[in-house]
Amino acid sequence: MRCKKCAQKAIIKLPRHNTAFCGACFDEYVLDQVRRAIKSERMMTHEDRVAVAISGGKDSLALWDILLRLGYNCAGIHINLGIGEYSRLSQEKTEQFAHQRNVEFILHRLNETHGAGIPELAQETHRPACSACGVMKRYNFNRLAQEAGFTVLATGHNLDDEASRLLGNVLHWQQDYLDKQAPTLPSTHPKLLKKVKPLFRLAEREMAAYCVLKKIDYIVEECPMSKDAKQLVYKDMLNRLEETIPGTKQNFYFEFLKRQKPDILELDGRLKDCIRCGQPTTSDLCSYCKLVESLAVAKAGGGKSSP
Amino acid sequence: MSSLYRLHLVEGLGYDTPMRVLLHHPRREVEIKGPRRVCDVLKELKLLPETVLVIKDNELATEDETLRDEDTLEIRPVISGG
Repeated sequence: MRCKKCAQKAIIKLPRHNTAFCGACFDEYVLDQVRRAIKSERMMTHEDRVAVAISGGKDSLALWDILLRLGYNCAGIHINLGIGEYSRLSQEKTEQFAHQRNVEFILHRLNETHGAGIPELAQETHRPACSACGVMKRYNFNRLAQEAGFTVLATGHNLDDEASRLLGNVLHWQQDYLDKQAPTLPSTHPKLLKKVKPLFRLAEREMAAYCVLKKIDYIVEECPMSKDAKQLVYKDMLNRLEETIPGTKQNFYFEFLKRQKPDILELDGRLKDCIRCGQPTTSDLCSYCKLVESLAVAKAGGGKSSP
Repeated sequence: MSSLYRLHLVEGLGYDTPMRVLLHHPRREVEIKGPRRVCDVLKELKLLPETVLVIKDNELATEDETLRDEDTLEIRPVISGG
């Protein structure tokens, strides 16, 4: 197979674009897609201080690498979720990446703050692990970035993440979530950072290929707590469609964005300060403080007993 | 960490040393007799090309590439969720 651009030996075939690229042309394609995403969705400028949410996986490390290469003023934030060997390896990959490039990152350990990682939090509060993890990550990434003076928070969500999330939201007609599913979410509260997803034009496979090409060492193993995650089922369905009808994922998500009339300001007009921590929330007590309170009650022996 | 184990997939083992293929989720190693194209190996393992990368000697391999017994292969899943 030959590169459709320069006729060198191809390293990747992209059926949804009916093309194939060699290493150099694929690298240029990835950078170009990120440039297009940032420009078309007005994500950031070179004057912004950009916090990159780093999991230690392929998408976040690739995003950090790309933003550095594009000359953005960015730093990583890594949250150690306290999920045993998985979290230890995730932190190790993050540290290794930062060390190799001589760049800084902020490290936050849930075990140090709460005396509990995600497994204990989920068990003690009787919440699904992915739900507790989502609350912890959203809250801490925003708060850590905001307190450190960043102006934008970038996450490594790719096309597959967004298309599968859209499928889930459509199947369950979650209108609130549909209205807020966008590559750029503006800051609608002084303590809520602008959030951006610069990889939304690139497929999950392309991000993994970018890491192999650029020799970025990331954690390949899946989070042991996400085995039954619904998102994996939606991704599997979309990939089966993609196999037969290339371009399905891109068409599904991009056409949604064209038709979307986000009413984010109206939705977030309900935001107020949490009575406990002062962070933005739609109720008196934010989801994070509710979770932490449940954990404290459970630890004091007041929680529901396990079935 | 997951333990490594071997699974003999094809007949003919014992005549030559077949190619070694590293798989994930769970992490394991299988042996496949070459020569065989990447797309045929994926079909045999019932893997969708969109969900994996095939890495031969640390380089990406396209679906039409022919794999031989002396190759060392990694089939790396690319789908993550949760």
